[in-house]
Amino acid sequence: MQTSAEGYLCTMALVQFRPEGFYVPAADVYIDPWRKVERAIITHGHADHSRWGHGSYVCSALSEPIIRHRLGKIKLNSYDYGDTFSVRGVKFSLIPAGHIVGSAQVRIEHKGEVWVISGDYKVEDDGISGAFEPVPCHTFISECTFGLPVYNWLPQKQVLSEINAWWRENQENGVTSVLTAYSLGKAQRLLAGLDTDIGPIFTHGAIEEMTQVIRRSGLSLPATRQLTDDVRKADLPLALVLTPPGATGTAWMRRFKKVSIASASGWMQLRGTRRRGSLDRGFVLSDHADWDGLNLAIQATGAENVYVTHGYTHVFARWLKSKGINAGVVETQFSNDGNEASDQLVSS
Amino acid sequence: MKRFAALVQALDETTKTNAKVSALATYFMTAPDRDKLWTIALLSHRRPRRTIKTSLMREWAAELAEVPLWLFEESYHVVGDLAETIALVLPKPSRESDTSLADWLALIQSWREKEDVVKKEEICHAWTSLNHRERFVFNKLITGGFRLGVSQKLMTRALAKATEIDESILAHRLMGDWSPQSTTFEELILSENPADALSKPYPFYLAYALDASLESLDPPGDWQAERKWDGIRGQVIKRAGSLFIWSRGEELMTDRFPELHAMAETLPDGVVVDGELLPYKEGRPMTFQHLQTRIGRKKVTKTILEKVPVVLVAYDLLEYGGADIRAKPLSERRSLLEDIVKKANVPSLLISELVPFGNWGVLTQERENSREHASEGIMLKRKDSPYLVGRKRGAWWKWKIDPLVIDAVMIYAQQGHGRRANLFTDYTFAVWSGDQLVPFAKAYSGLTDAEFQEITTFVRRNTLDRFGPVRSVKPHLVFEIAFEGIQASKRHKSGVALRFPRMSRWRKDKHPKEANTLEDLNAILALYG
Ligand SMILES: [Zn+2]
Ligand SMILES: [Zn+2]
Repeated sequence: MQTSAEGYLCTMALVQFRPEGFYVPAADVYIDPWRKVERAIITHGHADHSRWGHGSYVCSALSEPIIRHRLGKIKLNSYDYGDTFSVRGVKFSLIPAGHIVGSAQVRIEHKGEVWVISGDYKVEDDGISGAFEPVPCHTFISECTFGLPVYNWLPQKQVLSEINAWWRENQENGVTSVLTAYSLGKAQRLLAGLDTDIGPIFTHGAIEEMTQVIRRSGLSLPATRQLTDDVRKADLPLALVLTPPGATGTAWMRRFKKVSIASASGWMQLRGTRRRGSLDRGFVLSDHADWDGLNLAIQATGAENVYVTHGYTHVFARWLKSKGINAGVVETQFSNDGNEASDQLVSS
Repeated sequence: MKRFAALVQALDETTKTNAKVSALATYFMTAPDRDKLWTIALLSHRRPRRTIKTSLMREWAAELAEVPLWLFEESYHVVGDLAETIALVLPKPSRESDTSLADWLALIQSWREKEDVVKKEEICHAWTSLNHRERFVFNKLITGGFRLGVSQKLMTRALAKATEIDESILAHRLMGDWSPQSTTFEELILSENPADALSKPYPFYLAYALDASLESLDPPGDWQAERKWDGIRGQVIKRAGSLFIWSRGEELMTDRFPELHAMAETLPDGVVVDGELLPYKEGRPMTFQHLQTRIGRKKVTKTILEKVPVVLVAYDLLEYGGADIRAKPLSERRSLLEDIVKKANVPSLLISELVPFGNWGVLTQERENSREHASEGIMLKRKDSPYLVGRKRGAWWKWKIDPLVIDAVMIYAQQGHGRRANLFTDYTFAVWSGDQLVPFAKAYSGLTDAEFQEITTFVRRNTLDRFGPVRSVKPHLVFEIAFEGIQASKRHKSGVALRFPRMSRWRKDKHPKEANTLEDLNAILALYG
């Protein structure tokens, strides 16, 4: 394996890093390209990974409704996790990435060489996004949005019980609980974990819409109701309201008399983020792997070569090199905020 | 510690003043006295001196977390706070601890006399017995800088609520030179103290920036105008033969200003003068940077005294003949002040001259020539105003001059901290010298998040080179840089140093070639330096 400066691979490699995105020359296929291409394989439905305008799309069966909803009339083929499909003799398969509903890693095999492109992933099984499976490979292209040792998550169960306790306490004080979460992924993960015995769950339009789409793919989620003007005012202090982050600064919020605003995101790990967001509470809940998760995942692939994208790439690559792994950085145009900022584009 | 850590969390989790006060009041009603006293000390800038080098803390934390030091430092750069970085990077605790806040502080204090090996053992033991939140608080006790959004005033309000003692009485009791080791909660807060320390200053009265039209202040004759000086606000107290000098940060600075000690001989007993500590030489104020060379050092040498002599420019008189006269109208206090300053007759005590004006037009012109007086603008005070406590609107206004500005080209960018860790927010700016760009200032504030996002995208796509965290970028973006002052500097390539530079406008309308030049900058230096 030879690389030039900035991680550009020599032309013989199975995957090349081109201005359009990750390219598999033997198959003439791109993975998550950010410029218009003929054939694209898409890891998941977040806006920075699934873009409009490609000639044809391939994604996981569970991603299909999401991507069709987002991109409208497109030519799309989907495969179940683990199914192998060939393009010009190159074997592809989609493997659960645990990031959001339908998210997949892409396994690429050609002439005995195996590459895996992780897309976005997390290691903890959240119950709705499929369980991340490490895939043995020669070269692993891994995201590292939270690739610093200060990012370590508590188990989901513990965070969800903190959220439920916060809701209950607000309810006792006649305060509406407003929880901001990205409309694709985080919102459904929260829905699945909220204690519906506490009270009703209302949603912002953007979240309601995405949740309906995901219900169509067969996932059962608790009942929600879109927060419109005909919801009784008296019900609000009992409720938990799920809204995308963009909505908290808008007139939409004026309907609440007494309100506690919280956010659920990996960025909430840092005090600075919590404080500067003018939030009442910040819950640390991420759809990306934490520090230990990234290290475990990379180790489990047994890959000799690792390329990193998203986030603190240079630092993380240096760390991997210090562990004896041949690591490099790929400059991508995925949102540096992980899925989370780009998702605002989808939802608001 | 659990109770204090919970308090810190509660204060951290709300932006609402009332919620902060009630969390603090609850704490003051339930915590043990020793912990309360320490909490008051910490929230009134009385953190004990550091007893351990932060470089050692970093080293030991990295070791305990099993990460290399460079990776710890990278993480620190992103988090932006050492105490928090350590709390986050350490592995989960292996036990629990019931040690009280006061006892932790006693341990931390005891390190002053201990060997590094002992300190290391004790700090690592503490780290492994505290949970993440307690650890953060513990580290903050060592490093300082809590920034809980709790001013001393807010803390005093909560204490008043908890003790049912009047807020202004408490404010007075909390001032002065005490430490948790030298007193008790009972003695400091609860007991009436007739000999309330001689050194106690009054809370300062601060003005808001003028945001009303001058006409709305009519008639002009109701107002007194003075120059606004760029020094340190201070109080000089003379009681029972002793002189005390306080800064607005409520620091006792008597020893730092020996040239003011002559006042002890000539000021009458029982007076408190409010004024500005100002570096002043040959009949003219010097710059704030000069003053900083004085404050920065513990030892005041003869050389520095000659280089940067300090005076007190007297604004107001708060105590006269041992009596609190703050309720009297300003005009009365002013004439007593003039009298005292004249009789004191020492070169280090000057009166803040009034700026005469018959109408607002004259005053507007006086403000325009502020820089010629090395002043920051005009202070407007109602002649009938009492001396109030804290920042209040209405009777006093500060009317600062507009900042100086220059258009500059961004040439380097660096990622920010904390919430802005993913954005390029810290920039270096340059002006033209022929066809060369000469860097002259760094700035990181003044733009919106959306603008920072837009610039971040630009930086990613236009990086020319990387030096560690710094990227050099195509000289393409032009910004208007505002600043408060300018000074010649040998340490800077451009030959100038700016005071408070910030981005006042993104000049999307300007081509980089249209940015200002080094000659323009030197012209400003010649005028105002
Ligand atoms: Zn992503
Ligand atoms: Zn994503």
